[in-house]
Amino acid sequence: MPSLGADMEDGTFVQWNVQPGQDVARGQVICVVETQKGAVDVEIWQAGTLAKLIASSGEKIPVGQVMALVATEGEDWKAIAAQPGVLPSAAPAAPATPPRVKISPAARRRAAELGVDLATVRPSGIEGAISIADVEGRKAATPAPQRAMAEPPDRQAAMRDAIAAAMTRSKREIPHYYLATMINIERAVTWLEKRNAALPIGERALFAAVELKAVALALRETPELNGFYERGAFRPGTGMHLGVAVSLRGGGLVAPALHDVDKLSLADLMAQLKDLLKRARGGQLRSSEMADPTITVTNLGDLGVETVFGVIFPPQVALVGIGRSSVKPWVIDGTIVPARVLHATLSADHRVSDGMRGARFLAELDRLLQQPEALA
Amino acid sequence: MSMNRDEVRKALIDSILAVAPEADFAAVRPDRPVRDQLDIDSFDFLTILEHLHEKIGVTVPESDYGKMITLDGSVDYLVRRLTAS
Repeated sequence: MPSLGADMEDGTFVQWNVQPGQDVARGQVICVVETQKGAVDVEIWQAGTLAKLIASSGEKIPVGQVMALVATEGEDWKAIAAQPGVLPSAAPAAPATPPRVKISPAARRRAAELGVDLATVRPSGIEGAISIADVEGRKAATPAPQRAMAEPPDRQAAMRDAIAAAMTRSKREIPHYYLATMINIERAVTWLEKRNAALPIGERALFAAVELKAVALALRETPELNGFYERGAFRPGTGMHLGVAVSLRGGGLVAPALHDVDKLSLADLMAQLKDLLKRARGGQLRSSEMADPTITVTNLGDLGVETVFGVIFPPQVALVGIGRSSVKPWVIDGTIVPARVLHATLSADHRVSDGMRGARFLAELDRLLQQPEALA
Repeated sequence: MSMNRDEVRKALIDSILAVAPEADFAAVRPDRPVRDQLDIDSFDFLTILEHLHEKIGVTVPESDYGKMITLDGSVDYLVRRLTAS
């Protein structure tokens, strides 16, 4: 069971997407695990052949426990599968692998609440997807079911618990320092509007994408803001994997990673951001997105406030806050002109960096936003 | 494309429901900013415009976003765009 965030202790296994004997590539989604932050598609981190599937549906599995055996190149998967007693597990017979169940996150939750086995539900939805009505219909048709031992998971409460645990740890352990600066984004916004005017709606970029690109490039100047503080030392991130704070309808938030943002073109970045936001809100994130962020960016956007000072997600060491843009008087060459401006803030870990370096980051962010052509 | 006001309103509401399925339009004030009432951020808004484009064929330029603040104002604007084309 992979750790999908510092605050995760265990996950509830949902289903396998693969079967024994199947070859898998690194990064392939092989199963689904339910966490406090929703269902996550778990990617395998090594290539090989699935030998034995150990985790079974509904099982609560601590982080670090074996879920499956994989044969690497040159190994015989059947021999590995046949090895007896190597595992601290009840080792149920490998299930006949069902095809992936198509189901909405809401229907999956409802099924968990009602204790309905998804394998017994007949889908009626689009493309064979199981709807809430199907789940409830199945429940109604089931005579006096065994009450599940555990209480039905309350998604809202579970997510609130996860946020509380991570933020409490952050405020207990991380000596935050906070910096803020006001950035004139008139040039960058004007440039983006001109770019977007020539494009169909589907290819327009949001200013948030421009901000993310600028943050990723600015981090090259101050790599000590990008990475993790673990076991008393700083470990730099292996790329600019920006955690994008996404607030969920109905409450709660997740901050999944966009990978290698500094290397993406604005068009690719926007496409990936749209995909990520859709999946975050639909409860279909991947394990690497949950585990990889090296820094978080929170953008309260046009509905938010002018300034946001964020709380760092441990074990990360910094969080960038972008406020709502507004038109303010700005002085250029002794003349007052109206300009669109925003507050950019940095919350950073004093165990790793100092205010001078943090200030350097914000100054670099400002500089980059004055040359928007270079952010394309 | 010939559409009456009610059809345009329905297309708009369907597009909003695609991103905010929990939205209760009985409680939405049609003369107040709709994005504030339904927590629609800039990404949601862009997605709504994509759905609208599919449904009624209107491409809303960014420079006209200011004409789509309230539900009523948005319908007025879209009807004008449809009759002009």
